[in-house]
Amino acid sequence: MADMVLDQVTKRYPDGTLAVDKLSLNIADGEFVILVGPSGCGKSTTLNMLAGLEDITEGELRIGGKVVNDKTPRDRDIAMVFQSYALYPHMTVRENMGFALKLAKTPKAVINQKVNDAAQSLGLTDLLDRKPANLSGGQQQRVAMGRAIVRDPAAFLMDEPLSNLDAKLRVQMRLQVAKLQKRLGATMVYVTHDQTEALTLGDRVAVLRGGVLQQAAAPQELYERPLNLFVAGFIGSPSMNFMSGTVDGGTLHTALGDMPVSGALRQELSKASREVIVGIRPENFQDPSLVSADARPHGITFQATIDVLESLGAEKYVYFNKDLGKTKYVTELEELAKDAGRADSGATSETVVARLDPATRISEGDKAQLWADARSLHVFDPATGRNLSVAADTKGSAAEQAGTGAVGHGAATPSPGQRADPR
Amino acid sequence: MAITTRQKAGWGAANTVTLVVIAIPLLWIVSLSFKTPAAITDPSFWPAQWTWGNYSGILTSATFVRPLFNSIGIGLIATFVAVVFASMAAYAVARLTMPGKRLLVAGALLISIFPQISLVTPLYNIERSIGLFDTWPGLIIPYIAFGLPMAVYILAAFFQQIPWQLEKAAKVDGATPWQAFTKVIAPLAAPGMVTSAILVFMFCWNEFLFAISLTSTIGARTAPAALAFFSGSSQFTTPTGPIAAAAVVITIPIIIFVSVFQRRIVSGLTSGAVKG
Repeated sequence: MADMVLDQVTKRYPDGTLAVDKLSLNIADGEFVILVGPSGCGKSTTLNMLAGLEDITEGELRIGGKVVNDKTPRDRDIAMVFQSYALYPHMTVRENMGFALKLAKTPKAVINQKVNDAAQSLGLTDLLDRKPANLSGGQQQRVAMGRAIVRDPAAFLMDEPLSNLDAKLRVQMRLQVAKLQKRLGATMVYVTHDQTEALTLGDRVAVLRGGVLQQAAAPQELYERPLNLFVAGFIGSPSMNFMSGTVDGGTLHTALGDMPVSGALRQELSKASREVIVGIRPENFQDPSLVSADARPHGITFQATIDVLESLGAEKYVYFNKDLGKTKYVTELEELAKDAGRADSGATSETVVARLDPATRISEGDKAQLWADARSLHVFDPATGRNLSVAADTKGSAAEQAGTGAVGHGAATPSPGQRADPR
Repeated sequence: MAITTRQKAGWGAANTVTLVVIAIPLLWIVSLSFKTPAAITDPSFWPAQWTWGNYSGILTSATFVRPLFNSIGIGLIATFVAVVFASMAAYAVARLTMPGKRLLVAGALLISIFPQISLVTPLYNIERSIGLFDTWPGLIIPYIAFGLPMAVYILAAFFQQIPWQLEKAAKVDGATPWQAFTKVIAPLAAPGMVTSAILVFMFCWNEFLFAISLTSTIGARTAPAALAFFSGSSQFTTPTGPIAAAAVVITIPIIIFVSVFQRRIVSGLTSGAVKG
């Protein structure tokens, strides 16, 4: 096992496309890091560069302290699981799993032993003599994992390994992957566009957009304190609701109503332009009758006509329309909408989703009262997309760094040595 | 859509006509090869009296056995060399970005459509002056030149179908580019290699123009050319029977070659490799 350090790594294709832009990320030994982002954000390119399948244009990649920029994949001692599994169709499961060891000229007995062990742990023992064509999707996926495990490599790279499985199997395998990583104590870099996978699996999640690292932090940190508009909108399902707002002294005017702004955020806002983007997560809404009297003054109550109500048993989602005002900083929001499929489904950004306690009596078509928690608002600078509420909290740290380029600031990362390089 | 009886009958009739058109000349040659010299001109389709005389005649004469041996040797060597080089070239065409790739592909296409007849005279002169005339290499080299482009085209198509991720997987598994090619890509392209081998071999086997122009003795003359030099039992008999027998004999290796390798041309060899 080894650590991996990406130092200002850049990938520029011959046609000038910038796929990855000055990506800096320290991956500690034994850490499980997820690269997540919409398609085309450079996450797979990054993984390929780690594997040595693509050249690094600029910057330095170190594995276990050694610069490996010019090393071929065979000299990097890393294993990779591909989205398509990429099993060798002309070899049996056994041969597939032992291929790397055979190339490394490992003695036959050792290969057999290792393959059998790995097969045992993945429940593949009965399938060892089959060809990949005669396996189900889930079995093929396990063989692909087995092929990586057998090698006992310095690090594992996984390129959306579960995206071809059906939903049920994916959840099972997700658990398997997590267990596997814990058992092996392996350094693992995992690419996905599925944020559930990202949040549940990773020790740390790195969100990429357009080849630029937006934020690298523990899942909870990412969720609670997104550094910018993009991370805020990308992480969380259903995603954060955005609306335009104006700041006026200590008050924030939004389509939902006027909200009080407190201490640190207020100071931060006094520096910002009067126009802001306000973000509020679905779970920060509540049925006012279920909000305790202590909490109620910390939020505002407003009226909305409930469009759709989805009851999921443990929670209820209500959708209502509000004229949220045109948000000025639209490119990120558009991109997020596209990624979430909203652009295709015809839903407008005017729809607000709220997650309510199942005890609520609100029903579809009601003109209902809803309560929004003003304490958990996120306020974004419309010019840069920067999250002003996080900046206000962590005054004096990396908050001064402007815009989307400012990534993974120290305070947001739990343990030293595991943070994105703040340069 | 269900096939009606009418359609069935129509297809049946069309197939029968095609079969008859193809089979009659073949059967005719077979029939001729079993006829005695006296019966060659009789109007019956099948010989009244069957004889092995034509076969024993040609198979005991060096004027046919030696060229048959030449044909097999020259054909196999040219095919082997062409397929080996073509698979490497095709891999480059299918997978690598390199300067001059379009030129290579266009050049290959140009060569394959080049009229052979226009090359006979220059080749004759060149080979005479450098001592390749009437030798095996003298035929093998031009055969490779014409077989290669064909093989490159076929193989490039096959290589393009092989998922690139397999090669990436092999590289990550620690394979050198050469190992990735020989252990993963080439086995998967085997159907393509066999297909191109069959076509190149058939081209070499059937080739007549170079064979007759670039050889002068049975030292290098191939079977199709040797047929043209058959003589009858006397000056006044046409060697129809022996020629028919030789034609049947030189068909046999092709049938064997194709039927042996046809099993390898199985579709769906790459199934199960990648998903999605």
